[in-house]
Amino acid sequence: MSSISVLNAVPKPIPLAPAEAGVLRPAMNEAKAASEPPLYVRTRAPEWLPRLLAPLIGLALFVAFWEVLSRAGGQLPSPLSTWHSALEVFGNPFYKKGPNDQGIGWNVLTSLGRVGIGFGAAAMVGIPLGFMIGRFRFLSDMAAPIISILKPVSPLAWLPIGLMVFKAANPAAIYVIFICSLWPMIVNTAVGVRQIPQDYLNVARVLNLSEWMVFRKILFPAVLPYMITGVRLSIGVAWLVIVAAEMLTGGVGIGFWVWDEWNNLNVQHIIIAIFTVGIVGLALEQAMILLARRFSYE
Amino acid sequence: MADKFLQIDKVRKVFETKKGPFCALEEISLDIRAGEFVSLIGHSGCGKSTLLNIVAGLLKPTDGHILLANREVTGPGPDRGVVFQNHSLLPWLTCFENVHLAVERVFGATERKAALTERVQRALELVQLRHAEHKYPHEISGGMKQRVGIARALSIEPKVLLLDEPFGALDALTRAHLQDELMRIIADGNQKAGSTVLMVTHDVDEAVLLSDRVVMMTNGPAARIGEILAIDLPRPRERLALAGHRRYVALRAELLEFLYRKQMREAA
Repeated sequence: MSSISVLNAVPKPIPLAPAEAGVLRPAMNEAKAASEPPLYVRTRAPEWLPRLLAPLIGLALFVAFWEVLSRAGGQLPSPLSTWHSALEVFGNPFYKKGPNDQGIGWNVLTSLGRVGIGFGAAAMVGIPLGFMIGRFRFLSDMAAPIISILKPVSPLAWLPIGLMVFKAANPAAIYVIFICSLWPMIVNTAVGVRQIPQDYLNVARVLNLSEWMVFRKILFPAVLPYMITGVRLSIGVAWLVIVAAEMLTGGVGIGFWVWDEWNNLNVQHIIIAIFTVGIVGLALEQAMILLARRFSYE
Repeated sequence: MADKFLQIDKVRKVFETKKGPFCALEEISLDIRAGEFVSLIGHSGCGKSTLLNIVAGLLKPTDGHILLANREVTGPGPDRGVVFQNHSLLPWLTCFENVHLAVERVFGATERKAALTERVQRALELVQLRHAEHKYPHEISGGMKQRVGIARALSIEPKVLLLDEPFGALDALTRAHLQDELMRIIADGNQKAGSTVLMVTHDVDEAVLLSDRVVMMTNGPAARIGEILAIDLPRPRERLALAGHRRYVALRAELLEFLYRKQMREAA
């Protein structure tokens, strides 16, 4: 009885784990199977295997649903044809054939560049402003009505004003990014300043620290996690908005590319653009989460 | 002068609240000698922490004033070392850096870097934490954090040490250990700082063990000094030897009598 259970229990996971892993993450799993005793693999494999499989099953179902939809008629391209088209698009991402016909790499980089500039400017304005609003009650009361009214406005509503002021599409798009990144940055920084525990400020008071030391040693590190949250929200919103802004302004950029492909009736490219935007957005978000983890203290 | 090193002179404190003025302290006067260890004891909410915060300069008295070495206290300052109940270490600084922040503020203008570092190390040595100097507060135990807090307060060589229920948040064994350590540090003749101490506590044993005098406060609102008990036990005091000591038992009984018979809280 016991010999059977041992035979059943031990060999099973060994062929299973590396076989599954060979498909998914070969390097990591081969190393594991080699370095760890089989018993450990056996108890561990059931735990992380479903966690690894679940997203894959989800994606597979998504693609299957897409395939069914595309076969049902209409103009939706099938996953496979989109995949082939994507290989083509990403096969040559950095070509330039005139101002309106450039590779997807250029389009993504141009959009990221706009987000970077607009977002950077917003950080330079929003973070100091947030500090002041958080520190001084009067400033906070002063800014509250303006922020409350302007925050819920769609950033795109600012585009005409940007076009009017700058008389060019590119700075207008950057300006829209600036506006939409500004609010989360101000609000989160201000909240962070207000959340600083009184204990920390008492330490500063008891020691009679100078304002500069209070800022450097207490305010700034205490607010940093909140600031990073603001940055994360801002980048998320900025990346959402840039696609819409570029659709309206034209030029080079992933949003414009979507619009251009719509005019060409190239639906495969539109779907590729959607996934590209999604994946870049995910990467930005993850980078921010990593940054936040680096600066969390507790 | 030496008899009136720290003078609390007719201090009143009224807080403005939404329900009108609330008188927390009513005419408190107390003189503390240089080198004396005085405890403030009373039920929670009796205003003992308020009084300590006034001495620390974190709160301003409504009336009266505080004199430290004949100079009026007008605000917080590094001539008083404060140990807070919840350690109040900055979580983004290591133990070393937490103490260094204080040392740099007080001695940074007059001493070189090496001397500052040495001061920090000496302070941590005093609380036996040299081995943990590069750890962050979240990496050490509650007792160790409180020890860093004590080191930070002592490192600036304050004229008086203010302790706000310093061991209140610790378990009984750790508390006893830190009490012994505090007695050792304060008894240490080489230590320039920390010989004059004002401590807030609600622990009867702690008060008797550590203090030269215990100030018993009446229940708020409008708390006053009820009685003052001189603890005439010889030093150095030994926790275990005192447990059965007749004088110790009598003093302890007197404190308990005050707290639980004369000042029984109506609500509690």
